[in-house]
Amino acid sequence: MERMTTAAVRIENLSFTYPRQTRACFTHLSLEITEGERFGLFGPNGAGKTTLMNCMTGLLNYQQGSIRLLGNEIAHHKKSVNRLFGFVPQDFSFYQELSPAENLAFFGAWAGLNKSTIKRKTDELLDILGLADVRDRKVQEFSGGMKRRVNLAIGVIHEPRILFLDEPTVGVDVHSRHAIITYLKQLNENGTTLIYTSHQLSEAEDLCNKVALIDDGKIIAHNTLEQLMIDHEEDGLEGLFINLTGRSFRDS
Amino acid sequence: MFKLWSTILKDIRILTRDKLGLIFMFVMPIVLAVVITAVQNSTFEMLNTNTVPMLLCNRDTGEAGKQLETAIHKAGMFRIQNVNANEPDSLIAGRMHAKDAVIAIIIPSDFTEKVKLKSNEIARKALKNFGMQSDSSKSDSSNTSIQPISMLYHPVLQETFRKSIQGALKSALQVVQNKEVLKSLYFNLNEKAMPDSLEKELIGEQVAINEMPVSRSGSRNIPNASQHNVPAWTVFAMFFIVISLGGSVVREKLNGSFVRLKTLPTNYLVSVLSKQLTYLFVTVTQAAVVFSLGIWLFPSMGLPRLNLPDLPGVTVVTLICGWCAVSYAIMIGVFAKTQEQSNGIGAVSIVLMAAVGGLLVPSFAMPESFQFVMKLSPLHWCLEAYYGLFLEGGKLKDVVLNILPLLGITLVIQAITLIGLKRKNLI
Repeated sequence: MERMTTAAVRIENLSFTYPRQTRACFTHLSLEITEGERFGLFGPNGAGKTTLMNCMTGLLNYQQGSIRLLGNEIAHHKKSVNRLFGFVPQDFSFYQELSPAENLAFFGAWAGLNKSTIKRKTDELLDILGLADVRDRKVQEFSGGMKRRVNLAIGVIHEPRILFLDEPTVGVDVHSRHAIITYLKQLNENGTTLIYTSHQLSEAEDLCNKVALIDDGKIIAHNTLEQLMIDHEEDGLEGLFINLTGRSFRDS
Repeated sequence: MFKLWSTILKDIRILTRDKLGLIFMFVMPIVLAVVITAVQNSTFEMLNTNTVPMLLCNRDTGEAGKQLETAIHKAGMFRIQNVNANEPDSLIAGRMHAKDAVIAIIIPSDFTEKVKLKSNEIARKALKNFGMQSDSSKSDSSNTSIQPISMLYHPVLQETFRKSIQGALKSALQVVQNKEVLKSLYFNLNEKAMPDSLEKELIGEQVAINEMPVSRSGSRNIPNASQHNVPAWTVFAMFFIVISLGGSVVREKLNGSFVRLKTLPTNYLVSVLSKQLTYLFVTVTQAAVVFSLGIWLFPSMGLPRLNLPDLPGVTVVTLICGWCAVSYAIMIGVFAKTQEQSNGIGAVSIVLMAAVGGLLVPSFAMPESFQFVMKLSPLHWCLEAYYGLFLEGGKLKDVVLNILPLLGITLVIQAITLIGLKRKNLI
C-alpha cells in the first residue's frame, strides 16, 4: 500500500524552451504520477506531450523547475536515474541489421545487466512477445508489428520501475496491439508504473487508469478517467478530448 | 568491460553484415594500389625501355641530320617511326591525332648546312680568342642562325614528361653541335679532317652519372613504383574509412537507437571507444592486406615486389595512422547532421588533405604558401613516416619525428570530438 502512494514522477514548476526559440513549451508546469499507475498523457499535436516525455527521460535539459523520478532529480544524476526507467520511443530504437536476440544482448549490457540475466530475460521476453521463432533473424526483415514488439522488449529488459511509452502501438495490426497491451498490463500488475502517450484513444481507455490532458504547454485536466468523464459529462475519452481541447486543428 | 565488449560485438556484427561497405573498405585500397602502381610502373618502363612513340621526319640530307637521328636513337627513350621527308607538317600532325605517336621531330632541310656554319663561326671566335686566325675567318656570320627543330607533341603529354623528352633531345642536339665545332677547330688548326678514332674519343667519352638512393639501412636498392605507391594509397584508403565510419555514427544519431542509448545508464563514450577499436582493427587489416598483396601478388602481376621494411616500425606507424583516420571519421560523424553531409565533407576533405599532404604532388614540389597547410594534414605525416620506412629504409626511431606530429593531430581531433559530443549533450 505504501508503494502506491510514492510519486513515480514529480514535476514541479517546470519551464522549457527549445534553443533558439522564443516561445516556451512549458512555463511553471507541475504534475505528479503515483507509482503503480497506468498514466496516459494526451493532447493535440504540438501540445508538448513528446517534449514533456523527453524532459522526464532526460533527453532534453529543462531550464527551470524540477523533475524527480522516484525521488531522484533527473538533472542532477541523470545516468544513475536512468537505471530506474525504461523508454519505448515512437521511432524504432534499435539496430535493424541485428536480430532481436542481438539487440537485447547489446541494450541489456548498456542497461547494466550481466550476461546470464540478459540471456534469461531475452528468452523470457521473446517468448512472451511471440518473437522466439525469429530470435536470430535480422529485424529489418520484420513486419511493423514485430518491430514494435522488439522495441518494447528492449525497453523493459532491465525490469524498470517506470516505463515511458511514446505511441507504442502506432501502425500495428490488431494481434500485435493486443499482445503489446496485454503485456503492458501484466508489467503494471507486477509493479511497473506506465506513462503512456498515444492518439489511439480507445486503446488508452482500455489501458490507462489515470489521464492528463495537455494543451498549449499546460495541464488542462488530470484525474482518473472515470472522474473526468463524470466532471465533464462525457462517456468516452474522445468526447472528453474534444470537449476540453476544442475542434480546431493545432498543427496547421 | 562487459559493456565495451558487447558494444564491440555489436559494431563488428553491423560492419560484417554491410557487404557493400566491406567491399568498399577492402577492395578500394587494393584497386588503388594495383592500378596506380601499374600505371606509374608503366611510365617508368616507358622511359626506360624505348617506348615513347615518336615520328621522326628528317628533311636534311646532310651528315648532321643523320648524326642527330643517331643521337636520338641512342637516347634510348623512344620507339622511332621514320616519316618520309616530303610529308607535310599537317600530315604528321594528322598521324599524331590518330595516336600513331605522342611526339614528332622534324629536322629542317638546311640543318647540316646551318650547323656547319654555326660551328665554323664558334671555332673562328674561339681561335680569335686564342690569338690565332682561322681559314674561315671571312665567313659570313649574318646568316648562321639555325632554324629550330620542330617538336610536335600530343596535348595528352604532360609537361613534366615533355620536359624530360626535351632534355633528351637537347642532349642529342648538343652532341651533334659539339662534334661539328670540334671538327671545325681541328680542321682550322691542322688543315686536315679529324681522324675517326679521335672523334670517337672526344665525343664518346662522356662522364657517367652514378645514381644512388640515400638509404638509412645502407641498401642500394632503387625504390620502385610499389615502394612509392603502396604505402601512399594505403594511407588514402585508411582515411577513406570516413565514408563508412562517419556514416555509421550519423546513422546511429539519426535512427532511434541513439535516443535509446541516451536514456540508458551507460556513457556514450563507450560507444565511441568501441568504434575506435573496431575500426582501428579494420584499418590495420586494410594495411596488412594491401602490403601482403604488394609482397606476394604484385610480382606475379608483373609489378615490382614491395619490400617490407622494419616490422616494428611499420606496425607502430600503421596503428597510429589508423587511429588518426578513425578519430577523424568519428569527428566528421559527430558534427555532420546528415549522412550526405558526412559523406560529402568526409570524402572532399580527405582528397584535399591528400593533395596538400603530398599524396598527389610530392611534398618538396609544394608551393611555399602550402608548406604550412601541408604540415596540418595528417596524411602528410602518415606518408612521411611510411616513406621514412619504405623508401629510406629507416627504423622506428628514424620516423619518431613524423609520428609525434601525427599523434598531436590525433589528440586535437579527439579533443574536438569530445567538445562536439559535450555540446550536443551526448556525454
